[in-house]
Amino acid sequence: MISNTFENVKKIYKKHAKIINIVLIILLLIIPRLMPNSYLMGIVCRILMYATLAGSLNIINGYSGQFNIGHAGFFLIGAYTEAILATTYGWSFWPAMIIAGIVTSIVGFLVSLPTLRLRGIYLAIVTLGFSEIIRIIALNWTDVTGGPMGIKGIPSPELFGFRISGPVDYYYIFLIVGILFLFITNRILKSRVGRSWISIREDELAAKSLGVEANRAKSANFMYGAFWAGIVGATYAPYYKFIASDMFTLDEGFNILAMVIIGGQGTLIGPFVGASIATLISEVFRFASQYRMVIYAILIIVMMWWRPQGLVGAYDSILAGDDKSLKKRKKSITQKVGDN
Amino acid sequence: MAEIILEAKGVSKHFGGLKAVENVDMEIYRGDIFGIIGPNGAGKTTFFNICSGIYEPTYGEILFKGEPIRNLNPEQIARKGMARTFQNIQLFKNMTVFENVRIGFHIRTKTRMFDAIFKNKTYQSDEEFVNEESMKIIDKVGLSAYKNTMAGNLAYGIQRRVEIARALALNPDILLLDEPAAGMNPIETNNLKEFIIKLNAEGYTIAVIEHDMKFIMSLTNRLLVLNFGEKISEGTPEIVKNDQNVIEAYFGKGKIAGGENS
Repeated sequence: MISNTFENVKKIYKKHAKIINIVLIILLLIIPRLMPNSYLMGIVCRILMYATLAGSLNIINGYSGQFNIGHAGFFLIGAYTEAILATTYGWSFWPAMIIAGIVTSIVGFLVSLPTLRLRGIYLAIVTLGFSEIIRIIALNWTDVTGGPMGIKGIPSPELFGFRISGPVDYYYIFLIVGILFLFITNRILKSRVGRSWISIREDELAAKSLGVEANRAKSANFMYGAFWAGIVGATYAPYYKFIASDMFTLDEGFNILAMVIIGGQGTLIGPFVGASIATLISEVFRFASQYRMVIYAILIIVMMWWRPQGLVGAYDSILAGDDKSLKKRKKSITQKVGDN
Repeated sequence: MAEIILEAKGVSKHFGGLKAVENVDMEIYRGDIFGIIGPNGAGKTTFFNICSGIYEPTYGEILFKGEPIRNLNPEQIARKGMARTFQNIQLFKNMTVFENVRIGFHIRTKTRMFDAIFKNKTYQSDEEFVNEESMKIIDKVGLSAYKNTMAGNLAYGIQRRVEIARALALNPDILLLDEPAAGMNPIETNNLKEFIIKLNAEGYTIAVIEHDMKFIMSLTNRLLVLNFGEKISEGTPEIVKNDQNVIEAYFGKGKIAGGENS
């Protein structure tokens, strides 16, 4: 039922792609004007931020098939890099954000080195360890990171003399980062680079026998995913104006992973769906305070049971066969069965 | 004599105490259809895996186009012009046939992330080249009808052809086929034979591992027979067919029940 709905939505979208895209962008642009409530806008901002963050994890988990569960570590490095540059060195937000992305991507490269020989659960353990090590460094390196006190008073970004602060304005930064992420990632995935990532996910030995340098591709993939995690981290720090290491625990990493899984690994739009659902659930069930984590956990279990490929589903990915050939095949099979 | 394209010199591969391949020499000339046969567990696939860089030989040297390749990894050897298929088909199952073949063009294109983001000339010419050539190969292998079907959903025999198509995308100097006829019916096997002969006529050097004696005897011009990891015979199908060692390996020693006219 769900897959049918998605197929229909996709069909309608394909038919009027241009108009829908324009309407969608206009709608996204005027949302803060329609809804100047800063509580609601805060939720929308969180959704957008987590959507990009989950998307960046999906690059690694969904497209090249590595099992990274320490994404909170990359998120932390992005946030701390921006915060330190902005508070200690007085950098403005925009260059600090780019540097945060680059620094995170270099760390991504370093993490990818020992993981080139590992896969599956072993790789997962290495990334988990990495995430904790990074958090503990942030907690204890008091001179640089403020230690348990965190970093306070991170200045808001400025653009043409305007200070961007508060969810209603900050929404646009998250939106632009999200759109840029989708746009660039889509282009990369549809090129030779994206194809080599996906080929490694599907069958690493076969990919190697076709001349795909698996190690290089995996490193590049880690770096690219980490880069965007760093960018999101850098936009997150001045939004909350305060960061501390306990915002980047393993729970946060699992939270991001859950969004990717709920939405659908290996699809561009899956993490956005997953982030929306996860964020909305934790808001709707706010009255249940700590018990909402239980509700959240139950949702994940039900999802795994009922639709393990995620809501949007892996076979809706850009590389899956088109609907026509699938239908043709179904038809020919039914015909053959009928003949016998 | 033609140029030797792939040469094995005293190649051995030991897994602990097991000698999977022991002191095997082989010479494949450019333009050959070279067969490797032997009973189950004779070390044929292990030998192929050594040639294509998946295993490093314990002893011995492999020369490809005169260059030693024993220390190279599979992707480097693929770049030098060797393509292969696998015994237990290793397709990208969740991708269409078209996508599978497109990945085969990896080494013949050079788009990088930067090119893809800006869709510059490199990207455009690469994509055009890959799409056109992929279609050509798919047509040549006779898979046009399945272009957009997921590879994992295809029948076994067709999957084997997709694997060959994907290997051809590398435009290799030599094509190693590991049991390409396994699981095929007689008609498919025959089509495959004709297809391999056609490829050979186009200039591809081909090495085939196979069980089907009729298939390999009528297809290849030279053969290598392995048994328990060792070479027991080599030469044209005629020589191999009448070699006492080969007959013993396949049928055992002693008289054949029912008379001499076997």
